[in-house]
Amino acid sequence: MSQPPPIYRVERLTRVYGTGASAVQALRGVDLDLPPGEITVLLGPSGSGKSTLLNILGGLDRPSAGRAWFRGEELTTMSDRALTRYRRDNLGFVFQFYNLMPSLTAEENVALVTEIARDPMTPAEALALVGLAARKDHFPSQLSGGEQQRVAIARAVAKRPDVLLCDEPTGALDSATGREVLGVLQQLNRSLGTTVMIVTHAAATAEMADRVIRFTDGEIRSVDVNAAPRAATEIEW
Amino acid sequence: MSTLDRKLTRDLWRMKGQAAAIALVMALGVMMQVMMAGLVVTLDETRRGYYERYRFAEVFAPVTRAPAHVLHQVAALPGVAWAEGRISGAARIEIPGRSVPVAAQALSLPDDAEPALNAIRLQKGRLFEAGAPEEVVLLDTFATAHGLRPGDRLQVVMNGVRRSLRITGLARSPEFLYAAAPGEMVPDDARFAVLWMSREALAAAFDMKGAYSEFLVMLSRGSDPRGVISVLDRVLKPWGGAGAYDREDQFSHRFVSEEISGLRDTAAAIPPVFLGIAAFLLNIVIARMVQAEREEIGLLKAFGYRGAEIGGHYLKLVLAIAVAGALLGALLGILSGRAMVQLYLHFYKFPFLVFRLDPGALALGLGVSVLAAAAGGAVVLRRIFGLQPAEAMRPPAPADYRGAGRWARAVSRLDQPTRMVLRRFTRTPFRMLGAIVGITFGMGLSVGMLTIHAGFNQAVALSFDVLDRSDASVTFTHPVSQKTLLELVRHPGVLRAEGTRSVPVVLRNGRLTHRGSITGLPPRPELARALTPAFMAIDLDGPGLVLSSALAGKLKARAGDVLTVEVREGTQPVLHLPVTGVSETVLGAPAYMALEALDRALFEPGRISGAALRLDPARSEAVQIWLRDMPVVAGVSLKSEARDAFERVMNQGTGATRFIMAAVAFTITFGIIYNAARIALAERAHDLASLRVIGFSKGEAAYVLLGELGLVTLLALPCGALLGWGIAHLLAAAYSSDLYTITVVFRPAAFGFAALVVISGAVLSGLLVKRDVDRADLVAALKTRD
Repeated sequence: MSQPPPIYRVERLTRVYGTGASAVQALRGVDLDLPPGEITVLLGPSGSGKSTLLNILGGLDRPSAGRAWFRGEELTTMSDRALTRYRRDNLGFVFQFYNLMPSLTAEENVALVTEIARDPMTPAEALALVGLAARKDHFPSQLSGGEQQRVAIARAVAKRPDVLLCDEPTGALDSATGREVLGVLQQLNRSLGTTVMIVTHAAATAEMADRVIRFTDGEIRSVDVNAAPRAATEIEW
Repeated sequence: MSTLDRKLTRDLWRMKGQAAAIALVMALGVMMQVMMAGLVVTLDETRRGYYERYRFAEVFAPVTRAPAHVLHQVAALPGVAWAEGRISGAARIEIPGRSVPVAAQALSLPDDAEPALNAIRLQKGRLFEAGAPEEVVLLDTFATAHGLRPGDRLQVVMNGVRRSLRITGLARSPEFLYAAAPGEMVPDDARFAVLWMSREALAAAFDMKGAYSEFLVMLSRGSDPRGVISVLDRVLKPWGGAGAYDREDQFSHRFVSEEISGLRDTAAAIPPVFLGIAAFLLNIVIARMVQAEREEIGLLKAFGYRGAEIGGHYLKLVLAIAVAGALLGALLGILSGRAMVQLYLHFYKFPFLVFRLDPGALALGLGVSVLAAAAGGAVVLRRIFGLQPAEAMRPPAPADYRGAGRWARAVSRLDQPTRMVLRRFTRTPFRMLGAIVGITFGMGLSVGMLTIHAGFNQAVALSFDVLDRSDASVTFTHPVSQKTLLELVRHPGVLRAEGTRSVPVVLRNGRLTHRGSITGLPPRPELARALTPAFMAIDLDGPGLVLSSALAGKLKARAGDVLTVEVREGTQPVLHLPVTGVSETVLGAPAYMALEALDRALFEPGRISGAALRLDPARSEAVQIWLRDMPVVAGVSLKSEARDAFERVMNQGTGATRFIMAAVAFTITFGIIYNAARIALAERAHDLASLRVIGFSKGEAAYVLLGELGLVTLLALPCGALLGWGIAHLLAAAYSSDLYTITVVFRPAAFGFAALVVISGAVLSGLLVKRDVDRADLVAALKTRD
């Protein structure tokens, strides 16, 4: 049985910020293959390069050297316009600070994405997936942090993306709410087959991952495959 | 330099774009104030000094011929401080290569002494020698227009006799600050001259030996000119006194006074509007700028800086911008004031004109700027000081849009980005209203200026294409019979000739008086006409007067009123004539009457004093030469020349300020929109970057920002159009005088062009801001710390 082709492929990826004496090496020649349909957790201290990798894979940043492919298409040579199209059609983002539009209700925040997606679910379906159907008419200022993050996840999945990229999705939440949010991500991965990448400081999150990648000083220190990931709701913080 | 001050300079550098835009808007407000107030002071004071230095008379009393000894009698009258007598006569100057002669006024100066009154300022050359009959001092602007210099010869016809005179000097006089050809309102250097000659020489030319034809009077302090005038009129009656008049009725003085008072009105009405808008903008922008500094303020508080220190720091920041703007404005005001002064010099014959700064205007501009900036900063600082440092340092919670409306069904068809645009309006209506009001003013000012511009053009078209359709007008040396008209009509090249009669009069309605003339027009004239405001010909019929709207306004007279008319010619009868109608006018304040009725009232049937002509263009030149050589012709005025002169006047002087104001209005519009766009961007940069991250294209993300700007602009356009219509009426009232009348005309093009200017201002600022949206740092939007 042959392995499915990787959804992401990364070769000698390097990212340097600044020049000369003040130059900072955020990524030092990273190589990586990621199979589709998995939950991957990227762990590491601040400045280890994990978010830089996520940003490059998300089409938000460009490497200084090296190449990256999404399903065989090279990301590192795409134009800005093509990268926008790529984010629009293939990716869902979840951020630490939710990044909701304060002037739109929960449902409208989701609709923001479904209106421009190719084959989206309805905003109501997406909110039901994260358990917020009842609060669809609330504005962000009326929702708790956990609820806001769930709206952000609903917004990210409503377009049925191939990949969900999550940068510190629980960073601004208490532990109970954090577990809930991770639970939603895991459930989406199981039911929709969405590839999920989570960047986090919280080592416990690794227990729910299919694959754990550890970063130090811009390099991958280890890649571990987890044969029996735990349910997110069972993780001890 | 303290650390806070170093931070201040770096902050200013960081926000240099916006700081410059704010300072520029402020500068324009201050510039208008400084320029216009300075011009009023400059013209007023220079004129006062000029009058004093050259002893400009306060009362003028023309007579037919009074023996020289009458001067002693005049000088001895109560209320008279000084008196001077002189000989004044009409002359024609023949310029080689010019078919139409130039009208000139010849004035005598004493042979042996400085004149007691109305001295002249010699600009070049020397005075004539005492008793040298062929020497003349010429008005210098006329000489310049024709390239004449001291030593040149001049062919002059005086009293029917052609003489060759030698120019000895060029001069100016406070009496001719503003000089126009007789019968015209607008100055034209090339077509009007003043000849100053020795009294002996002029006495010989005009047969005035031992006599004067005009007395000049300076009043003693505190005496009433009206009393002196009535005594003078009584004393001079035996000598053919044509009615003494004071400075207010002296042509040059009146025109300059109208200019100054028009300028004063405009200076009182317009700059405060600009200054107000600029202050309003400054206030809003500063308030938002300080709001954006919230985190830093919290940090400074956490470090232990006291409220007063932090307040002082931010106050310095806003004051630096406001003061820089005000100083720049003062500088621009002085520069543009100087440029305006050069324009005025072309056109008012001051010997010198140096722009003076009005310290009051400068203080006002500076004060308003500083107060507006300080108030804008203080309100926000107070709110921020109320927060705990930790709270202030945290980014604000998501803006609360609960009250912004969900309009579930009403907007179900609108896409989400459009909803985002609309909810900004419903959530912060006052802020949006502020932006709308600002742009409304910009649009209003542009519409106002352009509509007035159209009014000026309309004035020219109305005056020269509609009211008066002649090609030339002829004035005769004295009223002549209709036979002369027949002679004109029969001459080849004259297509049509209509006789007119102009009689100098004083019109009185109760206590209101006007010194001017009545123009008699033939029945159903085709050339010079009286028209209703709807441009229908008014049939002049019977012994009634038709007043121009400017004159009717000045005398507060309506149809049916009976005016007292004191004729200042011939036997000087006093008539009582009813007003039968009001006509449209542009130039001056004429009164019309049926020619036949006017002649009958004067007991001079069949007399005309001038004629309006329509000429065959191919033979126009030949007709002009023929007219020049007719002894009975005092002067010929060509419509094309008068039109050119009029357009020059409209484009200079007061008229020129409209160009400056239009340019300023355009700049303010751009400044308002650019600032609104920058502020909107500062407030929404994070949202926009988030949109880009989740897959919105640059254009789609920019729509959320620019849609708001577009909506604000769209709402401001109709409001601005209405406001502009009102401003146009205010300006028309400020610019109009009884010398010329500007009416507000509806010109869709003015609105279209103003809208275009506003929209292009919006588009340009939108493009500038969109560049920043395009460059947004997407990673920063994620707020990652890695």
